[in-house]
Amino acid sequence: MSLQPPLIKISPTRELNELFSDIHPPLTPRQAELESARCLYCYDAPCVKACPSEIDIPSFINAIHHENIEGAAQTIYSSNILGGTCARVCPTEILCEQSCVRNKEAECAPVLIGLLQRYATDHAQFEGHPFSREPETGKRIAIVGGGPAGLSCAHRLSMKGHQVEIFEAHEKAGGLNEYGIARYKMTEDFAAKEVDFILSLGGITLHTEKVLGRDLSLAELQAEFDAVFLAIGLQGTRQLMLAHEALETVQNAVDYIRQLRQASDLSELDVPRRAVVIGAGNTAIDIACQLKRLGSEEVTLVYRRGAESMSATAHEQAIAKAHEVQIKTWSKPEHLLVDDAGALVGVEFRSTAMDQGQLIDLDTTYEIGCDAVFKAVGQTLVLPENEGGLSSLVKSGKLAVNSEFQTAIPKVYAGGDCTSVGQDLTVEAVQQGKRAAEAIHSFLILADKA
Amino acid sequence: MANLKTTFAGIKSPNPFWLASAPPTDKAYNVERAFEAGWGGVVWKTLGEDPAAVNVSSRYSATYDANGQVVGFNNIELITDRSLEINLREIEAVKKHWPEQALIVSLMVPCVEDSWKRIVKLVEETGADGLELNFGCPHGMPERGMGAAVGQVPDIVEQVTRWCKLHSRLPVIVKLTPNITDIRFSARAAKAGGADAVSLINTINSITGIDLDQMVARPIVDGKSTHGGYCGPAVKPIALNMVSEIARDPATLGLPISGIGGISNWRDAAEFIALGAGSVQVCTAAMIHGFRIVTEMKDGLSRWMDSKGYESLEDFRGLAVANTTDWKYLNMNYKVVANINDDTCIGCGRCYISCEDTSHQAIAKLPQPDGSNRYQVIEDECVGCNLCEITCPVSACITLEQREAEKPYLSWIHDERNPHREIGH
Repeated sequence: MSLQPPLIKISPTRELNELFSDIHPPLTPRQAELESARCLYCYDAPCVKACPSEIDIPSFINAIHHENIEGAAQTIYSSNILGGTCARVCPTEILCEQSCVRNKEAECAPVLIGLLQRYATDHAQFEGHPFSREPETGKRIAIVGGGPAGLSCAHRLSMKGHQVEIFEAHEKAGGLNEYGIARYKMTEDFAAKEVDFILSLGGITLHTEKVLGRDLSLAELQAEFDAVFLAIGLQGTRQLMLAHEALETVQNAVDYIRQLRQASDLSELDVPRRAVVIGAGNTAIDIACQLKRLGSEEVTLVYRRGAESMSATAHEQAIAKAHEVQIKTWSKPEHLLVDDAGALVGVEFRSTAMDQGQLIDLDTTYEIGCDAVFKAVGQTLVLPENEGGLSSLVKSGKLAVNSEFQTAIPKVYAGGDCTSVGQDLTVEAVQQGKRAAEAIHSFLILADKA
Repeated sequence: MANLKTTFAGIKSPNPFWLASAPPTDKAYNVERAFEAGWGGVVWKTLGEDPAAVNVSSRYSATYDANGQVVGFNNIELITDRSLEINLREIEAVKKHWPEQALIVSLMVPCVEDSWKRIVKLVEETGADGLELNFGCPHGMPERGMGAAVGQVPDIVEQVTRWCKLHSRLPVIVKLTPNITDIRFSARAAKAGGADAVSLINTINSITGIDLDQMVARPIVDGKSTHGGYCGPAVKPIALNMVSEIARDPATLGLPISGIGGISNWRDAAEFIALGAGSVQVCTAAMIHGFRIVTEMKDGLSRWMDSKGYESLEDFRGLAVANTTDWKYLNMNYKVVANINDDTCIGCGRCYISCEDTSHQAIAKLPQPDGSNRYQVIEDECVGCNLCEITCPVSACITLEQREAEKPYLSWIHDERNPHREIGH
């Protein structure tokens, strides 16, 4: 994006890490000791039921309290090998912490499970990798996509003794952890370190910049491997379908976040003085808050429905407000406004309302002046080029799988955001990768017996 | 506000809160600060014969609750490490300065009549209000034939007490060691020797923990350790029981008791007094929080007494003694069962798993449509043990309710299930 004034150029002297310091600072040992004491070690622990990856939360918190940090971390990793990421990015306020029984008492304050999980995963010091591999089975599995689902699947399959090869389209594995999570949630190079940690189990070969349909084909993988796991994520972004959308100042939020996450020097980034963000999910919140941290003076997040319908949780909305992001609801973008030179000057919105369960347009319109627009209205499945066979798997815009994560194509499994299973959360992707690995393992063992 | 004035074994104090003989009462500076803070009395740290004892470094260790608060405290300190003369002169000066406060002097000398005779005379000359005989110190001094080595032999307790009563006109309080099998024997011996009162408990032989890196108990003295004396909140239940044993022993009926052992707040003090204590002695709470803690103790006790209509300590002193009895007198026909309040239950399942695994399988887990579980007591299986109530993290969620109230009192002595029952009553 090459933008003209009135854009702010970030001073390269400002420290990147300072600007994007942890939004939730990690617990100190003393805080972890006290916070872990609050866990009631529930037998019927609702936090475990609420955790998509089924982590034994009371057990790991008990271990933290008794200074068995490695034991705590191993408990977490045995259910969720990306426990370090999930500790940072899970919407705990709608998962484990929402269900914590401590919410129900007069104290109304859950145990800070996410921060305790981070404490364990940050501080555990293993000699080598905490898990070992079962004897080699001679089976080989190809995994397409090195994001959370692919990594989780790869780790579990390797533990079972299978050889795994991951084909990752980008330069680095990690998926959204590496390229898509807000920089203040995953600071420094945590995502890369986590990938290294997972691969240190052994039995997993990572091929980067290998794109399905370009560098390899599904047919080849089927022929060469005993099973294939597709974890290709959602590579497309929804568009506004408005005139002037091709302007460089009208960007996909995920593209800007990727650029920001990979930037080693903030001077590489163009920062608009005034920005409009269209959308209501966590990506919209992430881009809005990061723009404020980068120095944007005015950031307005606009959503066509009411705050209660936003997919960003109340906690995320509060973070946006704390960053002085303006949130405007009941408005939809109607025109991107440009000046005589063709440069973006603002967005015209039409007010909306709910009428008998239908979102309707009202007569009123208004304008918000801005130098850039960021679109965060959702990601979509994009099928790899030259892989027409996959289109038969698409149902409601995503890959269809059965309860064992099998697709309709023999030996081909799928999991993570590219499927219609569960919500598009990192922790869901990890769980699906893990369960798919168990299913593939059972399938391969059964195949052997037969 | 209720009147907290206390007269214990003839010793008057403005309130029942005394500092026990320990580091906080080691010298005039501390004791002056304690009286300024409002303590009703102090028992001066134990005096002995010169040359004074020499202490080691380090000296204390502790046990902690889940939040890091001290629940038990252990020390390996000996008696005063200052000369007898310095202590006597300071006692004299402090007593002159604080005539209203109780000043009792703790003593420990070898078991020789002349030694005791000499020291009680010297203390008497200071104007102190009373003597406390330290027959309880469990560490260090017993190796030299003093402290608990005396307290563990009732005959010697009686003998030394008699010497002190013979050679002093001051009230004599005998401090008892809990490191025995039956506290009543030493209390009876003290009474037989003429003691005006007993105080208990002294500290309990203890090792608070092991440093697993150095493989040595704490506190560590150059790689070695020794057992110490345990005190603090953890020992309160043991102390309360021993106080009650003496309070309800016909042989020591009416013998004044100064209660000691983990008293940390007004409620602890009220409990000791309810079991018959005439004064209470505090050490650990002051060592952890400083002397100011007595402010809340006095205020809390007064307000509670007001709420109950007790005007003086005597109005409720000993009221719990008669209700503390032998097992055989408990009512076999009394039956309580647990009840779980669904409205306040948070669904943690702790009651269920504790009953299921370790008790009577008397709680049913009822799956609910939303995936949670409801917990319900199976009354026919419930023995009313209180375990579920104890493990429940919610205050008053689980309550024990009485059943079969129509049956009359029946003790084990007359229960037909008792093969040795007494017939004909």
